[in-house]
Amino acid sequence: MSLEHFKNRNVGTQNYRMLDLDPTPVTGWGQFKQVVRRSLSLELLVGLKVTLREMLKALLFGKMHTTKYPFEKLPIGPRYRAIHEMKRLLESGHYRCIGCGLCEKICPADAIRMDTHYGENQRKEVSEYTINFGRCIFCGYCAEVCPELAIVHGGRYETASEQRASFSLFEDMLTPIDQLKSQREFPGYGSVSVNADTNIKKTPLAY
Amino acid sequence: MMEVTYLGIIIKAILILAIISAIAGFGTYIERKVLAFMQRRLGPMHVGPYGLLQIAADGIKLFTKEDFIPQNANKLMFMVAPVITAATAFIALSAVPVFPDFTIFGIFVPSIAADVNIGILFVLGMMAAGLYGPLLAGMSQANKWGIIGAARTAAQFISYEVVTGLSLLAPIMMVGSLSLIDFNHYNETHPWMVFMQPVAFVLFLIAGFAETNRTPFDLLENEAEIIAGYATEYSGMRWGMFFIGEYANMITVSVLASIIFLGGYTDLWFIPGWLAIILKIAFMFFLMLWVRASWPHVRPDQFMWLAWKVLMPLAVINVVITGIVIMV
Repeated sequence: MSLEHFKNRNVGTQNYRMLDLDPTPVTGWGQFKQVVRRSLSLELLVGLKVTLREMLKALLFGKMHTTKYPFEKLPIGPRYRAIHEMKRLLESGHYRCIGCGLCEKICPADAIRMDTHYGENQRKEVSEYTINFGRCIFCGYCAEVCPELAIVHGGRYETASEQRASFSLFEDMLTPIDQLKSQREFPGYGSVSVNADTNIKKTPLAY
Repeated sequence: MMEVTYLGIIIKAILILAIISAIAGFGTYIERKVLAFMQRRLGPMHVGPYGLLQIAADGIKLFTKEDFIPQNANKLMFMVAPVITAATAFIALSAVPVFPDFTIFGIFVPSIAADVNIGILFVLGMMAAGLYGPLLAGMSQANKWGIIGAARTAAQFISYEVVTGLSLLAPIMMVGSLSLIDFNHYNETHPWMVFMQPVAFVLFLIAGFAETNRTPFDLLENEAEIIAGYATEYSGMRWGMFFIGEYANMITVSVLASIIFLGGYTDLWFIPGWLAIILKIAFMFFLMLWVRASWPHVRPDQFMWLAWKVLMPLAVINVVITGIVIMV
């Protein structure tokens, strides 16, 4: 099916398959005949058959739809935009954020606030970083604009909380240092390539 | 061999009350489960094993809810109406035989509380008197949805009483008695009534659905149109009494259909009579849930059209043809 097919919005020019419906009866006799025909063709039993079939499917073949939500969870897509994750550099374990402030600028809901300073080694460090999840609309601009893939969206969608304070902790979003090896990576500029191990070469020291 | 006495009748009345109330409660669980399975859901699962204790949870909820009487309601009528529904439903069951007669401790027990010789008439009359429950409830509660529900009650029940009576007239003519026990005995010597009177069976089923206020015809409390109809202002145990009454009526109609049309409690091949009728009643009950899961509501005008222009003429024609066949 080509794209042209979907772009054609001229209703009526497409090939619709018409249902095989009889014309609406106008005379009393016609209506009577229609009622009798429909009653005697036992169309009502078709409905009963459908529900019974679904019941047997559910009971005998285990085709229940139900997910017992708090106990079972459906897998969500890898591009799902839920609570943010702050990533770390794989080599050093330092957080990736360089404090550029682009996410703060682009945030349409004004949810992100950050404060930076120069550290001891003249590297820019993030002293405060908060996302107010009471305001965040999960549009994904911050993750899109981030030049270092430091902020991405994760899959944590259960976001109810009793206190607003817990809506904004940088440390909560940051990958725990002991789980650095299992940090999930996203492809994009700045990320570690898939074949990073094979690409590593020895530094040529012998000049 | 002793005959049962007044004491026996009292015991039977208490048994009917207790067992039917319990079955009505269990019926809500069955209904929720069956509807869930037909929509490929699980239904109640968390209270007890497979959600079996959901009945207890619902019962506790109903008993402990605030008993609420609206400000402008006619208080007496408002309080009496649910009792009418529940009481008429149970009284109707008193004249319905369910099991074969049996002997216990040397005492012969006919398993019917009141063997009146006009059984069918009595049961139909009691179910018709049940009309006053929803009618008075809707009219007394000073609520427009209630009024609409009451008006629909009057229209629906009175119309379909006609169809029920006329559809049962043909089997009554064939059996020559109004006693339900005679109907059962008739089945011992003849094939099931449903094969001889299929039209009457279908008409009785349709009218039975209408009179028990089941889904294709539950216009009295159609929540999409009139909130809860006559039960809008009710809460707690008063609402629960309407509920129990409805389920008891469903059981009554199931028993009637089983005894009149499906062979009653006569033995079926190797199945003993008491088990046969339980299976028949269970199937009729299941049919009501099945239909609820499958078919949409009808519109009130279609509903009246169906009663007066289709079902009643059909019933009359059926009676006339039966009469001609009997005479010839």
